[in-house]
Amino acid sequence: MPMVETRIPEGYTKVFTRPEALSDAQYTYCPGCHHGVITRLVAEALDELGIRGRTVGIAPVGCAVFLYRFFNCDFVQAAHGRACAVATGLKRANPDLVVFSYQGDGDLGAIGTAETVHAANRGENITVIFINNQIYGMTGGEMAPTTLPGQRTVTSPGGRDTRLMGYPLKVSEMLAQLDGPCYITRQSVHDARHVGLTRKAIVQAFRNQLEGKGFSLVEVLAACPTNFKMSPEQGNTWVVEKAMKAFPLGDLKGA
Amino acid sequence: MPKGIAVIDMERCKGCGLCIAACPFGVLGFSEQYNSSGYNVACMVQPEKCTGCTICAQICPDVAIEVYRKETAKGAA
Repeated sequence: MPMVETRIPEGYTKVFTRPEALSDAQYTYCPGCHHGVITRLVAEALDELGIRGRTVGIAPVGCAVFLYRFFNCDFVQAAHGRACAVATGLKRANPDLVVFSYQGDGDLGAIGTAETVHAANRGENITVIFINNQIYGMTGGEMAPTTLPGQRTVTSPGGRDTRLMGYPLKVSEMLAQLDGPCYITRQSVHDARHVGLTRKAIVQAFRNQLEGKGFSLVEVLAACPTNFKMSPEQGNTWVVEKAMKAFPLGDLKGA
Repeated sequence: MPKGIAVIDMERCKGCGLCIAACPFGVLGFSEQYNSSGYNVACMVQPEKCTGCTICAQICPDVAIEVYRKETAKGAA
């Protein structure tokens, strides 16, 4: 899709543009979805570290399933939840590769919990980007393990009842207890300052892998305005007022 | 001449309005135009106020915004 031609007067320099690691493909995310920002930040990290040529990403099942279309680097599409297992195989078979997985909470925190916990516990030298939007986005807004208490979804229409449906799964806190991982952090992208902090965390997670330090996971809180039945702006408010209360931001392990 | 220019790719914009809410100077707003996907796209409604701070581009989920900044005597400000 060509960039719309706009004439820029002389004397102006470009200070922000699309990262090279992103292809020209249009995202398939909904309007206002935080996935788009996080995908861009990963691409910027690849550009900054100059590792695009030897990076292999693992696409999850979920809203980010078409990730291989958006990136200008190699990709493997893993079976649902198995991204960390596939990443382990790739990294062990070819340690020169930079391997990262990009997974949502349905992929990493539900069906793929076992693979994730064991990859973290083994301290596999991979980078995991974990998008926590507290809902199953792609399938239509069902309750996820990370859904907040009282949150309405299509499968918890009266709000998540903790006596019946349990509590939100705090994946990062859980993994931070293990000895294997070297860096576990939780960030958010609801405003420009936090976008900057998330970018820094993602770059750090890749740097850890380049230095052979082991398993790094960056959890990013996100909103799913479509399935929250909110405007994108209300989605940002949701992240600040609800999600950040249940999932406080910060480095949980390492830095 | 404004200090900055935000160029919005009409075909990439999905009209979510996050850039409009994020701009600290009220530069951006919804245009009257719709792109081929039917989204009401954002545009610069007060271009003279733009400082080229790139907050809109940082927050844009669809990487639809490019930002240009005026060169000053000291170099890129």
